[in-house]
Amino acid sequence: MGEAPVTRAPQVKTTELAAETPAIVEITDLSLFYGATKALKNISVTISEKIVTAFIGPSGCGKSTLLRCLNRMNDLIDNVRIEGKCHIAGQDIYGHDIDTIELRKRVGMVFQRSNPFPKSIHENIAYALRLHGTNSKSEMDEIVERSLRQAALWDEVKDRLHTSGLGLSGGQQQRLCIARAIAIQPEILLMDEPASALDPIATAKIEELILELKKDYTIVIVTHNMQQAARVSDYTAFFYMGQLVEFDRTLKIFTNPSQRQTEDYVTGRFG
Amino acid sequence: MSHKVQENAEKANRWIGIRRGQTRRPLEWLAEKGILVVSFSTILMVLLIFIFVTKEALPIFFGTMNSAANQTILSVEEATKLKPEALREYLNLTQKEFADADAETRALLIEVRAEAAKDQSKDKDAKVNTTEWRYLLKAHQWTGYDKPEYIWQPVGDIHKYNIIPLLLGSLKVSLVALAFALPIALGAALYVSQLARPSTKEWLKPAIELLSGIPSVVLGFFALIVLASALQNIFGYQTRLNAFLAGLSLGLAVIPLVFSIAEDALTTVPASYMQAALALGSSKWQAAWHIILPAALPGVFAAAVLGFGRALGETMIVLMTSSASIMSFSLFDSARPITAAIAAELAEAVFGGHHYRILFMLGALLFSLTFVLNLLADLVISKLRNRLEGKK
Repeated sequence: MGEAPVTRAPQVKTTELAAETPAIVEITDLSLFYGATKALKNISVTISEKIVTAFIGPSGCGKSTLLRCLNRMNDLIDNVRIEGKCHIAGQDIYGHDIDTIELRKRVGMVFQRSNPFPKSIHENIAYALRLHGTNSKSEMDEIVERSLRQAALWDEVKDRLHTSGLGLSGGQQQRLCIARAIAIQPEILLMDEPASALDPIATAKIEELILELKKDYTIVIVTHNMQQAARVSDYTAFFYMGQLVEFDRTLKIFTNPSQRQTEDYVTGRFG
Repeated sequence: MSHKVQENAEKANRWIGIRRGQTRRPLEWLAEKGILVVSFSTILMVLLIFIFVTKEALPIFFGTMNSAANQTILSVEEATKLKPEALREYLNLTQKEFADADAETRALLIEVRAEAAKDQSKDKDAKVNTTEWRYLLKAHQWTGYDKPEYIWQPVGDIHKYNIIPLLLGSLKVSLVALAFALPIALGAALYVSQLARPSTKEWLKPAIELLSGIPSVVLGFFALIVLASALQNIFGYQTRLNAFLAGLSLGLAVIPLVFSIAEDALTTVPASYMQAALALGSSKWQAAWHIILPAALPGVFAAAVLGFGRALGETMIVLMTSSASIMSFSLFDSARPITAAIAAELAEAVFGGHHYRILFMLGALLFSLTFVLNLLADLVISKLRNRLEGKK
């Protein structure tokens, strides 16, 4: 829960809403530096289980960076330094004894640009499964089918599972990536603008999928598209210049934000 | 009305420039055509070289060369009865030489030839034309040997030109070079492109590529003096200069080439594959091995083929580290690759003679071999690429 902004909102209401499901991610006073540049400034936010949380804000506001903190993908970039705490399910993921590989198995991610491996559709998912020690063929086939069904892709590809994943359309590729990410049943699914490179029909399919997936997964989605955030998310965090401006129920953010900046952004006055 | 006409004329004037086309940029046009000519001329060069090499070897291909130590000898009476053209061939003269020689000179030449009969060898192999294909490719039981053998021995009375030991030598040495260079070069390429930190990559990459800057004669020298003795001490084999040593030193020349091309191929694999794999919970090593390497396979394969081509064609190193052409499958016997044979023997071969022709034939063979190898590799690469990209 963002500290400063939320305190100004009616206190009772937010606590009530936050209590719907238990918290799973707790970020406290987290700052991130690219070299000397402070890209995230003392962010504190709590994300609850099995709901969709959206991060919105103008380009360069740090929303994707914060998302990547949750599975430590920022570790791959040189000169990144992080201060503050990030707990997932009670464990400090920046602690000394954290195995990032195990962390990423539990915190899956879907990227902005679909990135299926240059392998067959089946193999794309099977690779993820093998990483998790699934080796029996029948079990693998079963999970491949289940994940493709969950990603609403099964009917379109069931006859060509052994052709390359790169032969699919952009929207199908992105759904394949989602299928791959959920095949290993992560606890949390991070989505970094999953539909920004897709046409409206493919986007609608992805959004439907997100609503379907939130029954089983905790989803955090970064989006540029405010309508999308409004459509799919339960909670929305608005970022600006590396700061969390406001974090509240999506409905409230879009209808009655407590911050002037948030209102300006969601009504399209800037950004 | 006239106002309208004037307006139309003005309009046409403004648009007139679009009709001038290429004449407006003559320099660019000229440069483009110039580059086209240059690129075609390289193809022409390759073709010309091939034609030249093959032309010198034509008598071998047509079987018009005779390397038999004993030439046919006719008595003076028989020879004088020959028709002029047949006599010219018998005396091994060119048209012009034959025309210039008067009857007296011809008679003298016939006599000299008849005299030679006394010095002829009694060896049964002396009558054999060793440039015939069956002697070039198949084993033959030469006088003094107790079984048919493949022998390359271009000196002495009887010139033995079996090319199989040379081919075997080339293959043996190149395969050893590849077996040594590929794992090292590919491992280094994978490490530098995927696993190394940028700061490590910064010095490691140029350091490995520095190896390609070493002149091959220096590498050969090093192999001949240092490596040869060291390897002999370690492995304790008999022959100091052998296929193993030649292959290993050749590998040193192949490593930077394979590394360079493979590293490029691996680096051009989109970073998004690595990110996707890591986000699924694979380690960097698993991602590099299972995802990046297969995705770069066409390029990596091309690197291996080019490395093999380089190994086949490299001359100086094998010339310095190989010795006798022995028909043996053992790596620890000495070997003489085709390139070494050409380089070592061409200088002492009689110009236009059978040895000379055979060496050119070997050159043409090497050329064709490399060409076919590259062609096949291209086919495989495009097939691999299509499969990766999901095209059928």
